[in-house]
Amino acid sequence: MLSLISTMEGNVPRSWTPEMPIVSLRDVRKFYGSLEVLKGISLDVRKGEVICIIGPSGSGKSTLIRCINGLNGIQHGSIRVEGREVNDPKLDVLALRRKVGIVFQQYNLFPHKTALENVMLAPLLVLKEPRRQVEERARELISKVKLQGKENSYPGELSGGQQQRVAIARSLAMCPDVMLFDEVTAALDPETVKEVLVTIKQLASEGMTCILVTHEMGFAREVADHVYFIDGGVIVEHGPPSELFNDAKDPRTRRFLSQVL
Amino acid sequence: MTQVRTETGNARPAQYALFGVSWYHGAILLLGFVIAFAAVHLNSREADATNLSALDTLSLWLPFILKGFGLNLLMSFLAMAIATVLGVALGIAQVSQLGVVRVASKFVTHLFRNAPWLVILFTVMYLLPVEATLWGREKVIIPDWIKATFAFSLPVMGNISEIVRGAINSIPTGQWESAESLAFTRRQTMVHIILPQCIKRSIPPWMNWYALLTLATPMASILGVHEAVGNAQAAMEAGGGRPEFLLPFYLFLLCLFFAYIYPIALWTRKLEQKYAVSH
Repeated sequence: MLSLISTMEGNVPRSWTPEMPIVSLRDVRKFYGSLEVLKGISLDVRKGEVICIIGPSGSGKSTLIRCINGLNGIQHGSIRVEGREVNDPKLDVLALRRKVGIVFQQYNLFPHKTALENVMLAPLLVLKEPRRQVEERARELISKVKLQGKENSYPGELSGGQQQRVAIARSLAMCPDVMLFDEVTAALDPETVKEVLVTIKQLASEGMTCILVTHEMGFAREVADHVYFIDGGVIVEHGPPSELFNDAKDPRTRRFLSQVL
Repeated sequence: MTQVRTETGNARPAQYALFGVSWYHGAILLLGFVIAFAAVHLNSREADATNLSALDTLSLWLPFILKGFGLNLLMSFLAMAIATVLGVALGIAQVSQLGVVRVASKFVTHLFRNAPWLVILFTVMYLLPVEATLWGREKVIIPDWIKATFAFSLPVMGNISEIVRGAINSIPTGQWESAESLAFTRRQTMVHIILPQCIKRSIPPWMNWYALLTLATPMASILGVHEAVGNAQAAMEAGGGRPEFLLPFYLFLLCLFFAYIYPIALWTRKLEQKYAVSH
């Protein structure tokens, strides 16, 4: 299994080079039964870019982001991550997921493991790295998300914001090339939202490629290189935050922004 | 009986120390019985051997009955061990991604869950051979109590399978999704994430089935296994089979099983409450 994965790794299609978009969606369509939730989404994300996806609830934002690491399948179109076709039945989905980290709204930490163990588990089991090296990296990541001293706490003993930062550290421990954030502050108390956003902002400033689904418009305006407004499963409008937030062209975008800003 | 009631009364304030307290008191209860019967026995030594009182007869045969109870316990331990190993495997098979495995394990689970224990007992008795050839070429007779133990393990296996399946399904999907997103294989997710979280919530129902299993072991006496109830009946026969034997003998058996099972039931309830709070 291990050797299979490593050959696949070396096997990133030759056609992809780091100058090309790291994530590339073309005419992505997804159905739940007969209900079409994504109606032809195309977008490109370049290495180091921070992309925010905004839109009303039920517009397909979360579905879209979960398609990028193959948690949700698509029925039509193409999703390429570093040249790997996600919509290919022969895809090595484990190899894809080692390169794409995701953080969820509900944190989903492993409740029977301490914060440190949560961060260490995947590198130990999946990457099969030596324990000492993994532990060192995990401790670094925990202090990076400003949770020194909480290494041995169980998720149940941490606040929502702290749990979410452990979840971010857990994803980062896999050394991903792309990070997905699925409404990561939506379940948090207002006072803990900021500590999570600061962590993400720091990541973004270090050059991590980030795709965020968010309701934090101020945050999107501040950190995003590009903002996509999605409604009813289609991209209504997109552009740099200064353009989209100040000078939206489409009436639907303007109505949405007037409601949330 | 009053002794047992005091025992729970004492134990109630000491919430989680209940297990230790109960066992201690259960042991005292048994010891009290043994001493009382022994005293009666000593006093009536000179009595006419053909005309012993019911209590004298009981105390005379006490070691024999307790030896039988030892077999009840041994059968319950072995049957529970077999049921746990098979039941956990069957429960995991019930959530397999392979349709064939899933359907087959569901069939086996429900077959044994929904059959009367007595029917399973008779079926196993007649299906298993009288002798088995072990490692060497020597033929060994399979004792009836081994067959009965295996028979009792089957319905419990079916129920443990359901406990495990239910526990796995009760783990939030977010746990699967985050493990999947970290590139865990299904097997790694099961072993490191899902099953460890199932243990805690499975223990109270598992203990409940242990209690039911132990209470079912006297059924083996029907097939001539020398456990407590069978031995007590044999003792009554040997003592002349007088009707006045029935009440003290069966009352004694009742106390014997009660003293063993009731603390387990109390402990189970405490664990249930504890886990209900912490989840």
